[in-house]
Amino acid sequence: MTVVDLSPAKTEAEALFRRKRLKMFVFPAVILAYFVYVFFAFDVMGLAKRANWDNAVTLVSDSWSHKVHVTRTNKTGEMSYAVEGERKGTYPDGTYPDWVTVNDIVTVDLGRDHYVRFLPDRRTEIDIPGFGTIAAQANGRQIATNLGQEIPNWINASNRRVAVTTPEGRITITGSKTEIFNYFPGWELFWFTFNSPYYGVPLTDILFGARVDPDRHNITGAITDWWNNAMWRHKDVAWAIGETILMAFLGTFGAAIIALPLAFLAAKKFAPFALIRSVTRRFFDFVRGVDALIWTVVLARAFGPGPLTGALAILITDTGTFGKIFSEALENVDDKQIEGISSTGANPVQRYRFGVIPQIIPVLLAQVLYFLESNTRSATIIGAITGGGIGLMLTQAIQTQKDWEEVAYYITLIILMVMVMDWFSGWLRAKLIGRTDAHT
Amino acid sequence: MTDASNTGPAAPLGTVQTNYMAQLQRRRLYGGLTLLLFVVLMISGFNVADGRNAGGFWDGLQNIGDYPADVLSEAWAKRADLPALIWKYVPALLETINIAAVSTLIGAAIGLVFSLLSTRGLARWPRLIPLFRRMMDIMRAVPEIVIALVLIFVLGGGPVPAMIAIAIHTAGALGKMFSEVAENADLKPVEGLASTGATWFQKMWYGVLPQVAPNFLSYGLLRFEINIRASAILGFVGAGGLGYELRNSMSWGPGRFDEATAIFILLFSTIVFFDQLSSRYRNRLADGDAI
Repeated sequence: MTVVDLSPAKTEAEALFRRKRLKMFVFPAVILAYFVYVFFAFDVMGLAKRANWDNAVTLVSDSWSHKVHVTRTNKTGEMSYAVEGERKGTYPDGTYPDWVTVNDIVTVDLGRDHYVRFLPDRRTEIDIPGFGTIAAQANGRQIATNLGQEIPNWINASNRRVAVTTPEGRITITGSKTEIFNYFPGWELFWFTFNSPYYGVPLTDILFGARVDPDRHNITGAITDWWNNAMWRHKDVAWAIGETILMAFLGTFGAAIIALPLAFLAAKKFAPFALIRSVTRRFFDFVRGVDALIWTVVLARAFGPGPLTGALAILITDTGTFGKIFSEALENVDDKQIEGISSTGANPVQRYRFGVIPQIIPVLLAQVLYFLESNTRSATIIGAITGGGIGLMLTQAIQTQKDWEEVAYYITLIILMVMVMDWFSGWLRAKLIGRTDAHT
Repeated sequence: MTDASNTGPAAPLGTVQTNYMAQLQRRRLYGGLTLLLFVVLMISGFNVADGRNAGGFWDGLQNIGDYPADVLSEAWAKRADLPALIWKYVPALLETINIAAVSTLIGAAIGLVFSLLSTRGLARWPRLIPLFRRMMDIMRAVPEIVIALVLIFVLGGGPVPAMIAIAIHTAGALGKMFSEVAENADLKPVEGLASTGATWFQKMWYGVLPQVAPNFLSYGLLRFEINIRASAILGFVGAGGLGYELRNSMSWGPGRFDEATAIFILLFSTIVFFDQLSSRYRNRLADGDAI
């Protein structure tokens, strides 16, 4: 009878547990320490100070609302009414919003008993419930008001400029003009601008009613006017999205077409010379390593801004990625099928066509279609750098820092575009290679 | 019984053959039509892109080497300064890597929670699975640049907007991949833990995570590599790091190409380094997994 000494096993097990416990402690501790380092490296404390929360408020409120500007040029007394203060959104001559009353004096009803009256002699009166009436007169570049020394913090008054902010709207008075900003929810003029006869016509009337514009059929006329809407530029937006998808499409499939023959040169099974193999592989690593960002920069110099540059940048980078993936797929090809084809007396071309290609096509297509979706996102970013597509429109809209409703519109469209491409590539994959698991 | 399958063998053979040939013909026709459609799409797409581009393809092709040649010749002329310049941009490189690393860690953590919450059999609240899935879909669909630009407007330029933007996208992308892995996890350990009265968190921590950790790590590494590229690109639109420096040095134009070259070199070697590192680790993880 042998006596088994269990103590070494026990100590071993205990040491293992100790190591595990140490790992359990050290691993999170390292990550925590890294986060602390990054917290200071990124200056997160300073960020809280630098952040401009007013910007955030403007952004959020502007993205789902619009404002109508009522402006009086004080010199001439001329009134103008414009959505977002843009020339393209100006009410035609002689018309004005229904919350404005034009008699001898122009009265603007901001809602909840807030009234602004444009009086002769460059005078303005603002009725604010619970506060009273503010009267102001512009004389040259000076503003005279009835405000005393004690003014609430929602009024900002100097002798050059008076700004009143109420929950119902904002009023600014300077020597040159008096301006009212009245806020409303929704995206105004999204369908038709004022110069379109279809503005304000109910949808049922456009579809089933009599002709609004005697020269045109209602539906075609309405679609044309919507498509050429100068405020929202639906035509340009559609083209921009088309450009972005085009960049992704040309780049992805172009890369796949170039990468496929090269991948044979990089696969051990098909390229007998180690030198060629190695050169091709280094080439793949190089174009992938340079990255789409630098390719974009370099190509933009030669081809100028536009979708072609973006497509080529994606094409070159993905040639490297596809080359690598395809050559790995080629190395994993099953020899038995090729042998089977050879046994029938097939020539090399037939061996490739019927022995190799059917094996790798599912892997290839799955990858290419997956990249099509992810490249749609890349194309948005590349477009912002090289100047093409929806990425450029988005950057421009953000940089002007006022058309937040347009930014919201573009963001919605971009998300929808990516989701549609995701769905489309998934659908195509299922159609072409069946519902197999797209395992990478 | 046996001759039931052998009735009338001679005549149908010819029909089978003609049927088969007809089917083959039809398949070839459809294949050919699809190919033709694809070729037409590619060519017309190329023409449209070429037409809407500022410079034409064939003109540009001739000067494609001009810019790299200018940059390289200037950098070569000033090659003595290059090591110093590379050293100068190391902090920017660190920032780019930090953005990628932090966003990968945060994104992976959020993605992990989301993936467990949206996997059948593991979800804490099975009824909410579609909700969490849609949330991941949206996070995945938003390109990083959208969130980055909006956050730059609010928070000002710097690494944090880029980090948040990449983390959100990473959470969505990894969440989906994690969920696909977790779906195949063995539920026996979870049931065992449930029988001891373990909480949901304990079931996930001790029952699921040890099974899926190698795959998660491998996907996480792949994401990190992708995020380095993303963080460099976002720098170009104002989010700090190497991309930001690259844009600045590029806008200076000739005379400062040595700086651009230093940044090119840093970016290229970093991407290649992490690319190789992650593919080596992933191969090792995959090999260990396969046994």
